[in-house]
Amino acid sequence: MMTSTKAALSHFVRFAPRSGSAPASAPSAAYAAYLRSLKRRALSIQLWQIGLVAALLVVWEVAPRAGWINPMLTSYPSAIARTFTRMLQDGSLTTHTLVTLSETVVGFVGGMLLGTFCAVVLWWSSYVYRVLDPFIVVLNAIPKIALVPIFYIWLGDIASIYAMAIAISVFVTILMLYTGFQAVDEDKIKLVRLFGASRLKVLTKVVLPGSVPTMIAALKVNVGLALVGVVVGEFQAAKAGLGYLITYGSQIFQMNLVMTAIVVLAVISSLLFIGIQALESTVLRRHGGVGGGN
Amino acid sequence: MAVPDQTIPTHPAVEIQGVTLNYFTPDRETLALANVSLTVEQGEFVAIVGSSGCGKSTLLSLVSGLLPPSRGSIRIDGKEVAKPSPRVGYMFQKDTLLEWRTIIDNVLIGAELLGIDKIVARRRAEDLLVRYGLGDFLHSLPGQLSGGMRQRAALARTLCCEPDLLLLDEPFSALDYQTRLALSDEVAGILSAERKTVILVTHDIGEAISMANRVIVMSRRPGRIKSERKTDFPSFGPTRPTPFQARKCSEFANYFQTIWDELDIHQIH
Repeated sequence: MMTSTKAALSHFVRFAPRSGSAPASAPSAAYAAYLRSLKRRALSIQLWQIGLVAALLVVWEVAPRAGWINPMLTSYPSAIARTFTRMLQDGSLTTHTLVTLSETVVGFVGGMLLGTFCAVVLWWSSYVYRVLDPFIVVLNAIPKIALVPIFYIWLGDIASIYAMAIAISVFVTILMLYTGFQAVDEDKIKLVRLFGASRLKVLTKVVLPGSVPTMIAALKVNVGLALVGVVVGEFQAAKAGLGYLITYGSQIFQMNLVMTAIVVLAVISSLLFIGIQALESTVLRRHGGVGGGN
Repeated sequence: MAVPDQTIPTHPAVEIQGVTLNYFTPDRETLALANVSLTVEQGEFVAIVGSSGCGKSTLLSLVSGLLPPSRGSIRIDGKEVAKPSPRVGYMFQKDTLLEWRTIIDNVLIGAELLGIDKIVARRRAEDLLVRYGLGDFLHSLPGQLSGGMRQRAALARTLCCEPDLLLLDEPFSALDYQTRLALSDEVAGILSAERKTVILVTHDIGEAISMANRVIVMSRRPGRIKSERKTDFPSFGPTRPTPFQARKCSEFANYFQTIWDELDIHQIH
C-alpha cells in the first residue's frame, strides 16, 4: 500500500509542472495535518505489530516456567535462543540452513524454468494443449507430497529432494503461465503480426514480456511451495537440512532443536518473499506501475 | 519504351472484387461478408460505416492480409494480398501500446520487426513524436500518458514505417468526445498532408462524413455494400474542409440523415 501511494504521488509530481495551476509553495495547514495523521496511523500499526510479537514471546516464556504448560512440549524462547547461538557457533546451523536454502532455490528456479518451457509449448500448439490438458489437471490435483517415497526409491536421497521441490511447483506454474499467455491482448498479437512477426517473434516481443506480471505471481506462489517440497523431502530422505533437523529433533524429543529449525524456516521464507517483492516492484514499474496489482 | 507513360502503371490503391468470407465454429457456419466489391483510388479517404457485427472490421483484416477471403480477390497496387505487408499500416480501436516499452520503443517496434535501419527509423520516430506533441514523452511509459496522447503515439507507430495505405479500425471510439473531435481533426490533417490512402471503419456517422471523401454503408450480416456516396461540401468552397469545419457545413446534416436512414438503426429487433 505504501509503494502504490508513493507511485501515485510521483505520478502527480511528474505532471505537476505542466499543469501550471498548482503553485510550488508550502502545503496548506490542513494538508500538513492530513500528512501527520497518515504518519501517526502508520506508526501505531507498527507499534501494534511489535507489541503482538513481544506479548507472544513473553507468554511463551512465562507459561512453561510458571508450570501452566509442559516445557517439554513447547520449549521456551530463551532456551531456543541458547540452542540457536550454540548451533550458530559450532557451524551446524549454517550448514543445515544452506542445504535447505540451496535446495529451495534450485527447486523453484527449476520449477519456473520447466513450467515456463511447458507453458510455451502448450501456447505454441493448441493441439498439444488439447491433448495434454486433462493430464496436467490431474497431475496438478495429485497431492505431490504422496510422491515423496516414490521419488526416494527412484532417485535416492539427494535428487529426490530436488525432484520434490520441482514437482510441487511445476504444474501450478504451467497452469498459471498458460492462462497468462492466453490473456495477452489479441490486438497486440495482431499488431506485431501486421509487422510480419513470426510465431517466435510474437512470443518474444509480446507474449513473454506481457506475461512478466504473471511470472512474478507464479514465482511468489512457487517460493512457498518449493520450500514445502524441500522440507517434506528432507523429512523422508535427508542427512542434512532444516527438515532433517525437525525430524531428528522430534525423534529425540528435543523441542529446542525443532523450534530453532522452524524459526529459521520462517526467516528463510520471509527473506525469499521479500526478495521477490523487491523484484516485483522494480519489474512491474514497467507494466503500468501498478506495484502489487491490488 | 516508346511510351513513357506506361512505365508507371497506375493501379487503384485497393481493389476488392467479389469478396466473400464465411467462418466456421462448431455450432454454426457464419457468412460474414457476401460478395463485397470496392475500389479505392490512390490518395482517397474512404469511410465504411455499418452497425456492429456487420463485418466491417473483418473487411480490414482481409485487406491487411491477416485473413484470406473464402472467395474473391483483394489487390493492393495491383498485387494480390497474401500476407501482411509493411506498405499497409493498421490502427486499432485500442492504442495497443506495449506497456513495458517506452513511447519511442513502441513507435520503433515495426522497424525492429521489419529489420529497418535503426538509426534512420529512430530519427523518423523522434521527428514524428515531436510533431505530434509528444517530444517530452519519448522515454515515458504508456501508462504515464493520457488516452489522446497514447493514440497519437499509436499513429506515430503506424506512420513510422511509411505505409502508403492506412487501415483505421475505429481508432477514436475509445476516446472521450472532446479528445475524439480534436484528434480526428489532427489525424485528418496529418494524413491529407502526407497524401495517404485511407480506409476508415467506424460506427460514428459524423466522423465518417467529416473525415472521408466517400462513405460506404454496409448492411447487417452478412455484410454487403448497401450504398456509397461522395461527401462534397460545395458550400465551403473549392478546398476540402477540415473535419471540424465540415461538421458545421449545411451539407453535413443532409448526409447524416441519408446515411442514418440507410443504416436502419431504429429497427431494433
